[in-house]
Amino acid sequence: MTMERRSFLKLMGAGAGLGAASLMTGCAGLGMEGPTGGRRVVVVGGGYGGTIAAKYIRMMDKSIEVVLVERNDHFVSCPFSNLYIGGLMKDLSPLTINYDKLAANHGIKFVQAEVTGVDAGAKLVRTSRGDIRYDRLVLSPGIDFRTEEIKGYNLATTPDVMPHAWKAGPQTVLLRKQLEAMPAGGTVVMSIPLAPFRCPPGPYERASMIAMYLKQHKPKSKIVVLDANPDIVSKKGLFLKGWKKHYEGIIDYRPAKKVTEIDAAKKTVLIEGLEDVRGDVVNVIPPQRAGAIAVAAGLIGPDKNWCPVNPTTFESTLRKDIHVIGDACVAGAMPKSGYSANSEAKSCATNIVNAMNGRELVDMSGINTCYSYLSAKEAVSVTGVYLVDKAKNAIVAAPGSVAVSPDLSELEAIYAESWLKNILTEMSS
Amino acid sequence: MKISRFKWALSAAALAMSASAFAAPPTPAMISNACAGCHGTNGASAGPSMPSLAGHNKESIVTAMKKFKSGERPGTVMGRLAKGYSDADFVAMADFFSKQKFHATSQALDAAKVARGKSLEEESCSRCHMESGKEGKDDSPIMASQWLPYLEIQMNQYLSGHRKMPEKMAEKVKPLSKQDLDALLHFYASVK
Repeated sequence: MTMERRSFLKLMGAGAGLGAASLMTGCAGLGMEGPTGGRRVVVVGGGYGGTIAAKYIRMMDKSIEVVLVERNDHFVSCPFSNLYIGGLMKDLSPLTINYDKLAANHGIKFVQAEVTGVDAGAKLVRTSRGDIRYDRLVLSPGIDFRTEEIKGYNLATTPDVMPHAWKAGPQTVLLRKQLEAMPAGGTVVMSIPLAPFRCPPGPYERASMIAMYLKQHKPKSKIVVLDANPDIVSKKGLFLKGWKKHYEGIIDYRPAKKVTEIDAAKKTVLIEGLEDVRGDVVNVIPPQRAGAIAVAAGLIGPDKNWCPVNPTTFESTLRKDIHVIGDACVAGAMPKSGYSANSEAKSCATNIVNAMNGRELVDMSGINTCYSYLSAKEAVSVTGVYLVDKAKNAIVAAPGSVAVSPDLSELEAIYAESWLKNILTEMSS
Repeated sequence: MKISRFKWALSAAALAMSASAFAAPPTPAMISNACAGCHGTNGASAGPSMPSLAGHNKESIVTAMKKFKSGERPGTVMGRLAKGYSDADFVAMADFFSKQKFHATSQALDAAKVARGKSLEEESCSRCHMESGKEGKDDSPIMASQWLPYLEIQMNQYLSGHRKMPEKMAEKVKPLSKQDLDALLHFYASVK
């Protein structure tokens, strides 16, 4: 009898106990710290990456137990949250999913808990509700902020005054409220950190959506965009075209302006000690690194910010049996986008299933499609198909596939809406 | 039990997943799963301007992808994405999606238009869009249960000349009024 078969039988024996997992509430801990039966995958993070990894593992192999750990009982999408800030949505409900159907449809055990640490030696995820033992761990923790690089920035208090709105939810709502409360003729200041950060075109879409809002509701107002990068990072030609078409005199874009200090009380940002800029609304997007869970688990690479992974399995190159997907990982040529996380999750899931069953690993074939709105009815996109380059042992773009829209497009705005509907449905059912 | 060289490679790969040297090329499922971000899990679309691919006939998918790649069929992201794939990849996708269960949608539709479309369908379309659009002759796409907004976008592209109508289709469409075409799209969207 092979090893796989023995593990499988063990799991079958444990099946009755697993059925009671939906009762994992109450204070007695989760009862998941003991031996696993050899086929338990714990997924941490219920966003674009984690939901898909959990779902596809179960779709491919029902004999693998999947536990999804997430701190919230719902998820709010960052993609499209700029449209809410610009006033194109009345609330965040089109961007919000929960985990009920996903868990029920696929037999995923959803645990709402805060992850407090990972013990890679003992293969335990430590959570606010007790330890969970894993055979393989998938981390999709998203990003956290390198606030130490901005003098005066206090993560506990500054975002209440100067929202980053780079994690969708209350921060997104706060930024819109501040815009609504701003008097006409006011100034919005927005700062963009050095790349790489979550969603390369996101800040420029946000500038567009805020400018649209100002044009409609706050005459004579403007938005000053302070970009730490030497130039627009993504879809440059299209953003410039859209800004010229719609927001001439409203968007004041300033490249190579790195915010190094803030004064929340004065609503002022300072640029490398040289100049300060004051705003009525200040949207500071701090520089980023992999989510704190990944940092604490020792998965950060030599760049001190992101998690190096195997390009086929997304297993950490630093810790065995821990996989990192989504914005937190270094996925070669793939941008840090929701769609990338979706594709990465599928390659990771496929190969965890393959490895657990002693089958051959399969290289990824991934996609990124990333839409940005320029106005209420026009969007643009960037696309790419991604593959593993064996010689480089890295993910590269398929030749010819990485390209942007030829122009601003109303049809792309319509397609973008369906993209959101499809990808959120895929994550939540 | 015989331990093959292949199996040895597998366990080595599973143990030391630090290199992708052992991995096989992407399977049809790996290639196709990436499409689900826009076309829905297994090609069952929830987005009204995106077609479902689940249960499509193979030839229609291969033809569509080749035409996107060459630019013959207008597209937004599809023309660009198609350039990232080979003809063999298109066959792999077509194979995968053709094996998925047909996706029946639930849409709010005008019943009178559906009825009118039903009365026109046999004469006008059924030679290629067979079985009420559930089957496609050769590379004719599956029409049944597609989202109405998707069908409307495509028909508008045909009528504007943006997308080239196959000759047989052009002959059949010519005598139809805009109302007739609208009714036909309603009918196909209603088929479950």
